[in-house]
Parts: sequence; C-alpha cells; structure tokens
Amino acid sequence: MTVRIGGGQGFYGDGHEPVEALLADGLDYLVCEALAELTLAILQKDRMRDETLGYAKDLPLYVQQALPYIADGRTRFITNAGGINPVSAGRAVRETLAAAGATGIKVATVVGDDVRPLGHQLELPDDTLFANAYLGARPIVEALDQGAHVVVTGRVADASLFLAPLVHEFRWSWDDWDRLAAGVTTGHLLECSGQVTGGNFSGPWWENPDALDIAFPIGECEEDGSFVLTKPAGTGGMVTFDTVREQLLYEVHDPAAYLNPDATCDFTSLTLDDLGGDRVRISGVQGGPPPETYKGLRCSPAGWSGEARLGYPWPDAEAKARAAIHFLKAKAEERGLDVLEWHEELFGLNGYGGPTVDLAEGDATGWEPPEVIARLAWRTADADTARAVGGSAGVLGLSGPPAISGVGRARDTRPSQLLAVDAFPVARDLVDAQVRVEITEV
Amino acid sequence: MATIELRDLCGVRCGDKGDISDLTLFADDQAAYEALRSVLTADVVKAHLGSIVQGEVVRYEAENVWALKFVCQDALGGGAPRSLRADNLGKSLGSALLRLRVAVTDAVAASASRRRAPVPR
Repeated sequence: MTVRIGGGQGFYGDGHEPVEALLADGLDYLVCEALAELTLAILQKDRMRDETLGYAKDLPLYVQQALPYIADGRTRFITNAGGINPVSAGRAVRETLAAAGATGIKVATVVGDDVRPLGHQLELPDDTLFANAYLGARPIVEALDQGAHVVVTGRVADASLFLAPLVHEFRWSWDDWDRLAAGVTTGHLLECSGQVTGGNFSGPWWENPDALDIAFPIGECEEDGSFVLTKPAGTGGMVTFDTVREQLLYEVHDPAAYLNPDATCDFTSLTLDDLGGDRVRISGVQGGPPPETYKGLRCSPAGWSGEARLGYPWPDAEAKARAAIHFLKAKAEERGLDVLEWHEELFGLNGYGGPTVDLAEGDATGWEPPEVIARLAWRTADADTARAVGGSAGVLGLSGPPAISGVGRARDTRPSQLLAVDAFPVARDLVDAQVRVEITEV
Repeated sequence: MATIELRDLCGVRCGDKGDISDLTLFADDQAAYEALRSVLTADVVKAHLGSIVQGEVVRYEAENVWALKFVCQDALGGGAPRSLRADNLGKSLGSALLRLRVAVTDAVAASASRRRAPVPR
C-alpha cells in the first residue's frame, strides 16, 4: 500500500490554485501547514481586535476546494490553520461544510496547545499575548483513528501534521524511531509547498518549466518509511536532487539532529535518489527519541515601529540619503521624542548586503550608485511617539537635500506594533493533560 | 590557487527561527564541498557577515547532500515580528554570504559552474 500525501500550503497567504492539481492527481491526505512563527504574531493581532479570530481566515477556501474529494471518501484533510484559536477554526469549517450542504463529515478539532492557562507553572511573563506548545502527531492520529475526515489543529509541529496519517495508515509504533523519523522527513519536505518543487531554488531557477505555475508537492509513502517526492503530472516547476536537498536542510539547525516532538531525525543518514521525471526517492532515514520537553513559543509586546523611505537620485545619492536620515534623527532628538532603536538601510547601495558590501571599492573606482532609497526605521515605546517621529519627514520635501524622489504611492505611515517571540521548553505531561480531540459530525 | 566568489561555487537557502538565521550552502560536487569545508569555518562566516550577526555562529556538515549549514544566533534584529529590518526574515542573508571571496584550487575554480541568469530586456 502506498499512501499519497499532498503539501497543500506552506504559509498563511500561500496560493490556492496548485491545490486543485494536487487533489485531481489523487491524494489520500491533503495537509495544509499554515503557521510560521511570524504567523502566530499576525494571528495574535487579529485576536486582539476580535476574540473570535486568531485562525487562518482562508481556511474555508481550502475546505471548499477539498470538499468534493472529502465527500466521496477519496481524501482526508489535515491542517494547523486553527492557529491560536482552533475552536473558532473548527466552527468555521463546520459552517463552511453546512453551507455547502455536506453531511456525514466528521470534523475533529485538536485543542490544548495553548499553554497560557499554565502561565503560573511555566512562569510566563504577565504581558504574554500567546504561548503555545508544539504538539506532536498523536492527537491527530487519535482523530483519524476515530474516523475524522477533517482535522483542524492549533500549534502542531509542521512535520507532525504529515507524520500523523502515516502512523494512522501503517500503524507504526511510537518507538519505531527510524520510521517515525522517516515520516517527519516526509513532512519536512512537504510542509513548504512550492519550495521543494522549484520555488526559491538557488540553482538555475530560470529553467523551471512553466514557472508561472509551480506545482505543490506529493509524497508517495511506503510502510518501511521510504518515499518518493513528486508533483502532479502536467504542472510547472521541478523535483530534482537539487530542489529536494535545498528544502531538506531548510531551518533545521543541526542536520544530524532535527528536533521534532515525535522523533529526532538524522538527515545526514539518508539517501536521495533522483529517479528522473520529477521523482526523487528518499530512503535510509535514521531516527531517535524526541526531546524530553515540548518546544513552546511565547509572545510579548515589544514596542512600536515607524519608518520613512526617502529616495534620492544621482549625483551624490548616498550623501543625500545619509543627510536625510540625519535630518530625521536630529529632529526627533530636538523634539524630545524618545526613540529606543534606529535602523538604517540604503537600498540601491547596501540595503540588503550591509557590511558585506565593500563601499570603499566603489569610492576607489569612482563608482556611484544611480540612486539610493534610504529606509529609516525606529522603535518607540508607544504608537504616538512612533507616529510623531515620522512627522518630520514632510519637511524634507522642500527643505532637505536636493531632488527627494517618490518611492511609490503608498502614504501609509501608520505605526505598527512589534512583538517579541521566544522559544522555551514545556514539560510534556503538563501539556498532554490538557490536549483534547473533539469530533463533531456535520 | 584561485580566488572566487561563493556565488560561483554553491547555492544557498536561508530560514529563520526566532532571532536565529539558518543559512545552508549547497555545493555542486564532492570537490566543491570539500573546498568549502576547508575554507569556510564558522569564524570566517561570522567575520564576513559583520554587524548583521551579533551572536555565535555554529557550522554543521551534511556530506550526503554536499551541504554546509551555518546557524547564526542574534542575527535577525530580535526576530521577525520584532525586527526593524526591511528583510525581517533574513532571506537576503544568504546573498550576503555568497559575496564572500574564497581561495580554492585551480581545478575547483575551473569547474565552478554556477551560471548567471539571463536578463530578458
């Protein structure tokens, strides 16, 4: 038996079109991974405005796309789009199904990753906005074992979303470390959608076939843990040794010990065989027990930011841009505005490369940038101060360095709130005691 | 020996976790991998990235896929939702690393095959 899993989403805001091709190609499971660290902070801002929000708002669209396949029993759907409010997300899924007239569909909601109720025991700061533990695959397996067609979770480790259906189908033991690690590897390769099928490829990316329609990936998984990574027939992008290895090591830190709540994986032990025809076989993954604690992620307010963009043309673009930055900083000081942190970037010069760009080399050869767009950002304790600092920028129009130039029509200088997220360990038994799987049939 | 930019020798992908930037270089063959491994210590990478990386840099090896990984602490201005940087996820830090020039044997330099993208003007 081969289990086909599709990676239908790599972040909140990913494309929906490639999901159609995945479903049409035939999937046993569609898995949508919606949560980056940054996403939780975005969802927290939503929840601060409205207590019923805090989940990925495009979840109903995925449900609508997958519904024909879910309804005929072909495909089951797993997602962590519940974000920091899986209960509301589960409700949204049921409402979407009901509105479409679907019946007999079991929707599971996994709750318990929110560890704010344990704030005292975990010594969370008083200003904690959210605090979640990265759950493993077990509650999803429990939901699938109970016949769930749709599983909605909050913060579950990305790869564990994909491991769960493999444990459910193949009945892998929870201490079969090599197989569990293989399942985590499958998930790790599928969790970033197009980033394994030609997206963000640092090799000859311009040779991606049909680059306007990069496919999302499919894992064809075997009982022994080996799998073939591929993509639907007739789609764009490519699956090669190079595209797969770039994703294999993405954000994993130690490649010999990739930590996941269900297993620790040694990616240096595996073999990638490029079979040609957009098929790469992954085998030989070795694994070990997971860390003793869950990883937690907590978030606290970290002040407010404002920014100004100031474009200057040649000649002397760099000097003009630096003079404009000095103007804004000096005005803030003159007005007694308390700025906690400044950040300067000179686009067209070294905005991205920073100290790795040798400006002296340009000086020596007489090279001048054709333009410089200065970006000055600042951090303050409150929104009003952040807004006030930017108030001096208007003066630069007529009373600053010559020829300040437009950088687009956007005039939105509203300050935005900064959030600090920190990882911390959480005792497993504390979390496991509050994890629940709730199944409702629509 | 020859001095070439890393961009001719390897590809790169960057990711983020909190305030950590996770950079991986991918060599095209065993010889390029070994050349990278011999010259690119964590200290060399940290020195090149300068003020971008405030914390420690640790190197990891994955010879099975000809890759070297550099995990850089305190490298994203406090982490994506806290950073004042335009590139708050640090996706461009790999490009900054590719600008580094390294000494390699003439044979490795000769087979450095990373091509330039055509510009459709």
